[in-house]
Amino acid sequence: MKWDFIDEYEAWAFKISLGLVLVFFVAVIGIAVLKGIDVPTCVTDFKPFDKGELVQIGPREYQLKLLARMWSFQPNEVVIPVGSKVTIYTTSLDVQHGFEIEGKAVNLMTIPGAVNKAEIVFNRPGEYRFVCNEFCGIGHQSMYGVIKVLPEAEYEKWKQEHGM
Amino acid sequence: MKIEKYLRNITFWHMMIGILSLATGVTFGLFQVLARAGIYKYGSFTYGTKIYYQGLTLHGVLNAIVFTTFFIVGFLYIVTEVSLKRKLNRGLVHLSFWTMVVGTLLAAWAILTNKATVLYTFYPPLQAHPAFYIGATLLIVGSWIAILNTVITHLKWRNENPGKLTPPPMVAVHATYAVWFLATIGVAVEVLFFLIPWSLGLVKSINPELARTLFWWFGHPLVYFWLLPAYLSWYFLLPRIAGGKLYSEPMARVVFLMFILFSLPVGTHHQFSDPGISSTWKAVQAFLTFMVAVPSLLTAFNLAASLEYAGRVRGGNGLFGWIKKLPWGDYRFAGMIGPMIVFIFGGISGIVNASYNVNQVVHNTSWIPGHFHLTVGTASAMTFLTLSYILMEKLFGKRPWSKKLATWHAYLWVVGVLIFSWGMMQLGRAGIPRRTHLGLSPYMNLEEKILMGISAVGGVLMFTSFLIYFINFLATVFKKPDVANVEEVDLEFTDAYHRENENLPRYLDNFTIWIAIAVFLLIVTYGPIFYDVFRSTYAVPNAFSPFNPLNLIK
Repeated sequence: MKWDFIDEYEAWAFKISLGLVLVFFVAVIGIAVLKGIDVPTCVTDFKPFDKGELVQIGPREYQLKLLARMWSFQPNEVVIPVGSKVTIYTTSLDVQHGFEIEGKAVNLMTIPGAVNKAEIVFNRPGEYRFVCNEFCGIGHQSMYGVIKVLPEAEYEKWKQEHGM
Repeated sequence: MKIEKYLRNITFWHMMIGILSLATGVTFGLFQVLARAGIYKYGSFTYGTKIYYQGLTLHGVLNAIVFTTFFIVGFLYIVTEVSLKRKLNRGLVHLSFWTMVVGTLLAAWAILTNKATVLYTFYPPLQAHPAFYIGATLLIVGSWIAILNTVITHLKWRNENPGKLTPPPMVAVHATYAVWFLATIGVAVEVLFFLIPWSLGLVKSINPELARTLFWWFGHPLVYFWLLPAYLSWYFLLPRIAGGKLYSEPMARVVFLMFILFSLPVGTHHQFSDPGISSTWKAVQAFLTFMVAVPSLLTAFNLAASLEYAGRVRGGNGLFGWIKKLPWGDYRFAGMIGPMIVFIFGGISGIVNASYNVNQVVHNTSWIPGHFHLTVGTASAMTFLTLSYILMEKLFGKRPWSKKLATWHAYLWVVGVLIFSWGMMQLGRAGIPRRTHLGLSPYMNLEEKILMGISAVGGVLMFTSFLIYFINFLATVFKKPDVANVEEVDLEFTDAYHRENENLPRYLDNFTIWIAIAVFLLIVTYGPIFYDVFRSTYAVPNAFSPFNPLNLIK
């Protein structure tokens, strides 16, 4: 690239800036592809629903239909054994909401008239708080829930106690 | 350039309406940090929460839309007349001003009566009073009239000055307005074709995802509308204030033209978490968002070189010795170098936001307000406040009532905003949402409450700094002029170390080419995005008040 209207240093500043940005971009997309940590994409095979529930679809595999409405999540408590892979589908009955799991790369806009999707594996036991992160009216600040990821033995005990 | 009295006065009122809006917005900002930290309660639970979100709507709309638009339009009028040495159309200046005023009053009425507590993104199906949407439209239309006026003036100047290059500050004006015009088309379509008919009850359904996509077509380029006038000041005023020259004029021009190209097809990086848009096109817009970082990196180079030059002219030696020689005690320097330094952190946190999957960690968390108080909240807002002093001096011969206070307000703000944003960003990383009355949230743990308290300390410092500015500015407005009967206005644009010369390729002075490429990029990137939205999302028969979970549409 020869630009005779700028000097050598300016041309270098340009090349270095461009190079820096390209390196960053390749790194970000590279990690997204290699590690499989992607952003939500366009979902066309799942219609909006009006009932939230957790459905087991295989060993340690769950489908979480998560429904948001003013001002609660359904379900707002999810109990799963450690190592579970959860496919989350989410939509809203009324206004726009958000769904974000603390400490996990799950951050979904929950929008009426659309279904959003994420897949996530819970490898460590613990309580994962999830919150609504889009303003949805005066109850917004109390809209949250929890995903309890239990060690195998505790999960079996919990299942018996709850007659499942 | 002799500037007519009417333009000086109306520029003053553009500035004043902006600053009074900002004062109102900032006051609510103080209550917000205190309420979030649980220090201040607004009375009863329901009343308190209503007023928290109403205040948040005011804070966003007044600071980010009303203050910026009025201030920028007024400031750019003066830059246009001074750099082209040619008069604007007086009738259009008045028409634009009053359209903007009527729009602002309508929207302000709706917000103040709590009929438009929908925050400044006004996402449907939360529904505001039609006056809010109509008011916002008029504010935008008013600014379009100002653009028309500027373009006409420039075309006339071209006819009278064949073969002459557009003066560099005018390139910045064009970049600002090109970005604003193309951006506002998105929000205008959203408001005129969807929100207004729906809020009037003429149609029952609305597609929230489509509305979001149109909003963010506007919502991100908007930030360059805020930023470019600040860049204009940093490029063309600051080097001279520092005692030097702009390092490279042609590079400045390239930077502003790059902003025309890459400011627009980037809005989807606010929608990485959205359904209805395929991840491929999210990645494409992520790439273009990275590209828009390039002109800012070039700016960092060019301005650092300009300041180094100034420092060396002032007798600074060694690798870093020149830094000490810069006029840190000059209120104009302090009021621009402060925002520039803060903007480094703003830019870096912005790269984080743009980083595709990394955005999943920060989307809609407190990280985001942490980020944009460093950018629009400091880089733009504080530069504008510094410009308000400069304009009072240049237009009315009134130097600041106290130059010392003007300097200290700048540094105090820098300290305040860095503390505030640090706290907010840590909270964001912990997963604490933004735009939330956290003082009443049941899910905050102790560590998060402490961080909230730290950011409240920053917020109090920011408010104190603004108060110092506000008192000082009002005292400046009401004092007797230091120079009587100002007619000639010289903004003292900087000279350049590398000037533009006849080597400059002519396509760098042809804005049509750059705007056409920008439109092409918009169509190519947004076409598939709208296709995705149409094939995977639906309109819903919903309309909700933020205070009631019952659908307003039966």
